[in-house]
Amino acid sequence: MSDASYLFLDKLSLAYGKTIAVKDLDLNICKGELLALLGPSGCGKTTTMRAIAGLMTPSSGRIILDGADITRVPANRRNIGLVFQSYALFPHLTVFENVAFGLKLHGLRGEELTRRVEDGLETVGLAAFANRKTPELSGGQQQRVALARSMVMQPKVLMLDEPLSNLDARLRLEMRTELQRVQKESGVTMIFVTHDQVEALALADRIVVMRDGAIEQIGTPEEIYNSPVSSFVADFVGFENVFAISDGRLSTKDGADIALAGTLPKAKGLAWRPRAIELGTGPFTGVVRGVSFAGGTREYVLESRFGSIKAEADAKLPGYPLNSELAFDMPVAAAAPLQRFG
Amino acid sequence: MTQRLFAPLTLLLVMIFLIGPFFIIVAASFSAGETLAFPPEGFSLKWISKVFIVESFRQSFAVSMFLAIGGTLSALLLGIPASYAMSRYKLPLSETVRFMVSAPIIVPGIIVGLALLRYFVIPIGLSITLALFVAHTALVLPYAVRVVSASLANLRSDMEEAAVLLGSSRLGAFFRVVLPNIRGGILAAFILGFVTSFNQVPVSLFLSGPGVRTLPIDMLGYMEIVFDPSVAALSSLLAFLSIGIVFAAERFLGFSRYV
Repeated sequence: MSDASYLFLDKLSLAYGKTIAVKDLDLNICKGELLALLGPSGCGKTTTMRAIAGLMTPSSGRIILDGADITRVPANRRNIGLVFQSYALFPHLTVFENVAFGLKLHGLRGEELTRRVEDGLETVGLAAFANRKTPELSGGQQQRVALARSMVMQPKVLMLDEPLSNLDARLRLEMRTELQRVQKESGVTMIFVTHDQVEALALADRIVVMRDGAIEQIGTPEEIYNSPVSSFVADFVGFENVFAISDGRLSTKDGADIALAGTLPKAKGLAWRPRAIELGTGPFTGVVRGVSFAGGTREYVLESRFGSIKAEADAKLPGYPLNSELAFDMPVAAAAPLQRFG
Repeated sequence: MTQRLFAPLTLLLVMIFLIGPFFIIVAASFSAGETLAFPPEGFSLKWISKVFIVESFRQSFAVSMFLAIGGTLSALLLGIPASYAMSRYKLPLSETVRFMVSAPIIVPGIIVGLALLRYFVIPIGLSITLALFVAHTALVLPYAVRVVSASLANLRSDMEEAAVLLGSSRLGAFFRVVLPNIRGGILAAFILGFVTSFNQVPVSLFLSGPGVRTLPIDMLGYMEIVFDPSVAALSSLLAFLSIGIVFAAERFLGFSRYV
């Protein structure tokens, strides 16, 4: 078995009763990879994760892990770790007992148990909290306990459900680094589910963007960020100006077709990030309807023939006042061509 | 101004109405006289000590204790799995089951008792003890289901999934994770069930046989023949027992959270 298919989802379909959540999903995950499942709520990412863990039975398709078909293997025999969004700690047990829970079930006792648990708590920096009850801990500490509880089992795959969304901004950065460190040190294959593109881009080796129960795009953070394949992905990763192309012209939401300078690439659509819009010069005019200061930049909302355009300019440059008229350009060279639209 | 006076006054009257008789009974039980009377004639402990001597009281106390403990335990044995199933799974008839389980609270006890006697005990020739046991189990079941359901509702189901992913079976997860976290609710249900069963009159009234009767029924029977203050003494003792149990439960479990 090559590394390229450590975990392999083969035409996986998942349904809640008659509602189809995931349809014919194919996905290869490498050993030691840090993979993000990214998408809006309801896209099937959490369902996929639950199916990998064995908490949900696929309606069709197979899950292959390390060369073995685990589709019908019960969840308690898969040795796949899952850090729940709520952490799901056992409130009646101490931190130590929480981390020891799985090891005890696997017959570990005495010194060996103590050593493994203490190592686990050491890794997440909670050695001093072993005898606390979990409800006494802060959210960040609870998550570390949940992480340690899964990691001490040396799982084949460790999954995390929205690992950073319950933390405040400062803790989020800390936990991000922590997760990366734990993953690199242990070499565990890690899959995390998120709806936050910033999290996915910052943390993952590879990102799977999901939409309506299917994969929209797979790629490295750079590929996803720079070359979205569809208007959906473009929208998701911060291309705020997304337009369809029909008959070589840009079509806007209100129906106007607009010709751009230069030849349009063979694509179904074009997408510009706010900073790709050039302000001050260009063939188009817009009226400033919104300005907000964002530290290094100023963000503008322009009303134009294209509808509403989001643009950005260096904050050191003099700003354009509200309701002033302004020339701008949408250079084709700066746009990301989209293979799919809608 | 009148309103400010009216509210506490009403409260006081209600309190007197509810608790007043209790003080009368307690006072009467220390009487030195030969009949149940208030105000008591003199002071003595003889009626209190008589309670422990009357053979039928001892027997019926044992029956009541057996029913209260056994009936409540069996109600919990049925009620905990039922509550768990109704809270965790979308069952087709769960609302119907929930309603049926609550029925013994809604249907007047006198009807339950008569129905049990006429259509259960007589046709099958069931022993009175067993009939009482079944009846008390059914009467306590609604409390067991309600209180346990309430504490299960506060328990997230992903905790069990976490246990399963760490290698536990589903059943193991129930015993290792669910049960320890609802034990407060279970104890609360037990106390509520115990008190309900112990104080039960109308159903037990129909299900009394030679030598088998619950303590409240026995007290009624005793009073028809003998009108001495020993019944008052027994009532006081039982009341203090109940108060003791509820106070202990509140002190150690925060009983009022569950009821």
